[in-house]
Amino acid sequence: MAAERALLEARGLSKYFHGVTALDGVDFDLHAGEIHGLLGENGAGKSTLIKVLTGAYRRDDGRVSLDGAPIDPRDVMDAQSLGIGTVYQEVNLLPNLTVAENLFLGREPKRFGLVDSRAINKRSREILEGYGLSIDVSALLSTYSVAVRQIVAIARAVDISGKVLILDEPTASLDAAEVDRLFAILSDLKARGLGIIFITHFFDQVYRICDRVTVLRNGRLVGSRPLESLKRIELVSMMLGRELESAESGDHGRASEVRGEVVAAFKKVGKKGRIAPFDIEVRRGEVLGIAGLLGSGRTESAELMFGIHEPDTGAIEIDGAKTSLGSPRDAIRKGFGFCPEDRKQDGIIDDLSVRENIALALQARRGWAKPLSRREQDALADRYIEALDIRTSDREKPIKFLSGGNQQKVILARWLATDPRFLILDEPTRGIDVGAHAEIIRLIEELCAEGMALAVISSELEELVAYATRVRILADRQHVAELEGEDVSANGIMRAIAAAEGDNTGEARS
Amino acid sequence: MIGSRYLPLLTTLAIFILAYALCIAQFPNMLSTRVLGNLLTDNAFLGIAAVGMTFVILSGGIDLSIGSVIAFCGVFLAVGMGEWGIPPVLAIVLLLVIVTAFGATMGAMIHYLAMPAFIVTLAGMFFARGMAFLLSTASVPINAPLYDTLQSLYFRMPGGGRLTFIGMVMLAVFIGGMILAHRTRFGRNVYAIGGNVQSAELMGVPVAATTIGIYALSSFLAGISGIVFSIYTSAGYSLAAVGVELDAIAAVVIGGTILTGGSGFVAGTFLGILVMGLIQTYIVFDGTLSSWWTKIVIGLLLFSFIVLQRGLVWFTERRANAAAAAHA
Repeated sequence: MAAERALLEARGLSKYFHGVTALDGVDFDLHAGEIHGLLGENGAGKSTLIKVLTGAYRRDDGRVSLDGAPIDPRDVMDAQSLGIGTVYQEVNLLPNLTVAENLFLGREPKRFGLVDSRAINKRSREILEGYGLSIDVSALLSTYSVAVRQIVAIARAVDISGKVLILDEPTASLDAAEVDRLFAILSDLKARGLGIIFITHFFDQVYRICDRVTVLRNGRLVGSRPLESLKRIELVSMMLGRELESAESGDHGRASEVRGEVVAAFKKVGKKGRIAPFDIEVRRGEVLGIAGLLGSGRTESAELMFGIHEPDTGAIEIDGAKTSLGSPRDAIRKGFGFCPEDRKQDGIIDDLSVRENIALALQARRGWAKPLSRREQDALADRYIEALDIRTSDREKPIKFLSGGNQQKVILARWLATDPRFLILDEPTRGIDVGAHAEIIRLIEELCAEGMALAVISSELEELVAYATRVRILADRQHVAELEGEDVSANGIMRAIAAAEGDNTGEARS
Repeated sequence: MIGSRYLPLLTTLAIFILAYALCIAQFPNMLSTRVLGNLLTDNAFLGIAAVGMTFVILSGGIDLSIGSVIAFCGVFLAVGMGEWGIPPVLAIVLLLVIVTAFGATMGAMIHYLAMPAFIVTLAGMFFARGMAFLLSTASVPINAPLYDTLQSLYFRMPGGGRLTFIGMVMLAVFIGGMILAHRTRFGRNVYAIGGNVQSAELMGVPVAATTIGIYALSSFLAGISGIVFSIYTSAGYSLAAVGVELDAIAAVVIGGTILTGGSGFVAGTFLGILVMGLIQTYIVFDGTLSSWWTKIVIGLLLFSFIVLQRGLVWFTERRANAAAAAHA
């Protein structure tokens, strides 16, 4: 079918949450018989776009039309009946029902007013055979693997909706063979004329299966391009939001004349299914930048370095002595600190005051038997509120009432209070305003100058270039390269990422 | 393995058969339709209420109000037919409308106010008991020709056992409950909600209507149970049926329904009632044991079932992990 008119057409979609713009005038076209990749880093607006299209959110502005007719789905059910079906990353089926019941829940065929289970089972077998799956449909869904559940979810969505299929990171927990099987099914559905939106962060899969990609960044449309004419480096630059031409200015390699002594060395440290074994040395007075696309294993590396997960291979040396990190407590005792990416979830304790949040890590390090006196806590809090310019009316204010940037500073203060030798920052500037952004960067530079060893994960390339002594490049859950000196530039990082994403097989990570 | 789904049910069946065999070995007289008939009659009201409780627990909820509702029913019928002079049939219909609306209200509060079922039905428990006291604090006898007729109605089983009217009502409710749970859309939706509310909602289950329906059904069946209880005792008393909700929960759990919802069978609850009734019958036959032994044995049974369920969950998870590891 020639696709002169788009199957699904969105123009100027916008969505705001409490004054924050999540989606800003985004255009999106999906044709029948097309697999359309949707890419972007965390917080780029992918899931907001999907939720607006599937009726999970109501749009604040813009138009959507399906088959040329304007639509405005009130909820997920409404979108489904219009023909837009979605399969979420966390497979949203019911493991306590049978496969057949899952396929027909809410639309069971009836006989004499009662649910006709024989018909359900028969039709389920027929449907699944269309996907090359011959399984016992009267068995509980929980008895089957994630891959089978995924296929059942797709079969259900296609059977109900039949025009547009949205897949939100469907390959995240599948192995290579299962991905192949899924892709065969997608090609088949494409041939049947469905329009498929495919969200993933595996580059290789995008190139394998997609016809076109749309890239979002910070809630805005970066571009929508056919894949055959799109080079990997261009795709990386679309995702990271840098023009190649303008990238050269302002780059500087930070030649480290005097290399500080090694604080910690991680040798062949890795964990199966999370991150391939890697070597890292962190030195005093150095910022190690960690760059890579979403899902490349950045946070996973940090988690091994801080003892959140125990590595199953490799050795760790601190000050030249062999040791192990069994838990974050261990790591804290050895002078490590970690500011996690999701500060709301893992970092701040909402209802505690600024003072209590700052004192937390130091108290944990001292042990509960030796409590910090109230006077010590007050002094500590006041010192850091002043030093980091944390804007709060007083130190007893619950931290949840502070802005994102100030919350981030409180978490930094928490770790600085323990006087760490090695501090890991995971996306320290995400979701904070421009002013606070600059202050955090200045702070990182100061700490480094004072001789602390830092590792900073960031998807802001300029930022990394500004403070990193060395930049480690990650792709596909492997450490693939390290840039140093002259090579530390936004361009260099992008090239390294694109090269690595090109080499890999995408899903070979288990 | 499909077996794990039926394992709790089969365990209960095995326990019942084994226990019954042991009872017969000691008291051969227990193998008679008389004993069976009495067992059904004596546990009729509890069984009917437990069917409602099964639906509630399958959906992942709890209903603490049913004992109070049963007491309210008795007092309402006694006062309504006696003091107010309402014709018996009209009183029964009126009562069922009232209690069903009461349950629907609790369901609506649970869903729309996003309140835990425990709290809402706890409030319902106090409220219904309070309403019973408001009607009468004394034990009020029921003198209605309809009651005499229903009490003398029975089916003589071979061997001389009597399947009484209220026993038949319980059997009918169980059969109705099984069809409702396993062969209707409402039943599927109950299981779906018990499995995962968010997923169920995304898959198009009308969560609000189903939740309201579940608690309305539970209260409606508590109403039927209350009527049966009033036929059984020929009286209405506001202090009656204290703790029946807990006995019902026990029967449901012993019957193999998992307390977190989503898995279990109405037939299992019937077995649970039989097991509990058998223990009581044994104590009656023995004659020397205190009736508190019923509670002790039921307590032990509950403990072992919780352990069994936990073990099953643990076993399934371990198998899933092993499967995942084999894939990696």
